[in-house]
Amino acid sequence: MHEWALAESVIKSAVEHASAEKLKKLKEAGVVFGELQAIDGEIFSFALEELRKQFPGAASCKFKIIKQPAAFRCKACSHEFPLKGLKKTKDEAEFIHFVPEMAHTFLKCPKCKSPDFEIARGRGVSISYIKGEK
Amino acid sequence: MTDIDPRPSVIEERLRRVKRIIAVTGWKGGIGKSVTASTLALLLAKRGCRTGLFDLDFAGASDHLILGAKGLFPKEEKGLEPPVHEGVKFMSVVFFSENKAVPLRGANVSDAIIELLAITQWGELDYLVLDMPPGINDAALDVMRFARKAEVLAVTTPSVLAHDVLARSMELYRKLNVPVLGVIENMSDGASAPGAAAVIKKDPGLEAALGRPAALLKTAFAKGLARALPALGL
Repeated sequence: MHEWALAESVIKSAVEHASAEKLKKLKEAGVVFGELQAIDGEIFSFALEELRKQFPGAASCKFKIIKQPAAFRCKACSHEFPLKGLKKTKDEAEFIHFVPEMAHTFLKCPKCKSPDFEIARGRGVSISYIKGEK
Repeated sequence: MTDIDPRPSVIEERLRRVKRIIAVTGWKGGIGKSVTASTLALLLAKRGCRTGLFDLDFAGASDHLILGAKGLFPKEEKGLEPPVHEGVKFMSVVFFSENKAVPLRGANVSDAIIELLAITQWGELDYLVLDMPPGINDAALDVMRFARKAEVLAVTTPSVLAHDVLARSMELYRKLNVPVLGVIENMSDGASAPGAAAVIKKDPGLEAALGRPAALLKTAFAKGLARALPALGL
């Protein structure tokens, strides 16, 4: 249920941004799930539904989940690579799930084996857009 | 619209029930910042205060070694609840690194710190002691940005180098409007230390007590730190 904390950040942030943009009603928010963090969508959505009660501003907001593949760029050899094919144990995957930056501890560039790479895309949870009535 | 990072929106909420946040800072390596932060947390907990300790020095995380904290892991409950060790709620990156190196660039350190601040459920605390990233870098600035209640406790040594770097850093904290509780001069040879709120003498017995909290609290270092607390407003 660590997803609950991130779901709370999404709903709170969406409501705050809707207010900052002077939206009368928040209708939709795009929630990006970066592949690296491997968020459990079912738990996340359950948490969002529970949290709606605490955030009336998001009572009728549709949260659209957008899955984003992870992409890495090696700082040492410039090689670009996806998550697929990188070896990690179950425990290591769990640690990356809690703190995606742990990828630098457990994953390495498949070409030059350096841990000094950039997470170019698909790190974790973010909001890509909000829509509503002005 | 560009991507919104939702995590900062809940950090204030996560720290809402923490009465005081003490950011233990040092600007040079090896001056005793982590030993000070860890011992301070033990002293506050022993006093009966609800105390947390968050090791934010990702590159050199060592509070777990100082406290002899082994085999711990946070509990998943609407986020992560830090495990309690020696009466202190303790959070560290080592829970997620299997004690391996964490080779992070500055922006990655910031990202990891923001993630942990957003998901850690500290609950009610009288004190949260932060073992800060060394120096003034983006990670340290981020901690100050998000932990708005933080009060700085600075650690230095008699070295002229440590003093000079400290003076510059204190100036920066003043500009950032961050309250400074005071400066502890650690590893003192007994000479006077102008500007320091407290002086702790070099303790040859300290090294042998690391990893054993009960022994650590009996050291001359811990006794010196305990004596210094009132002058630091703690």
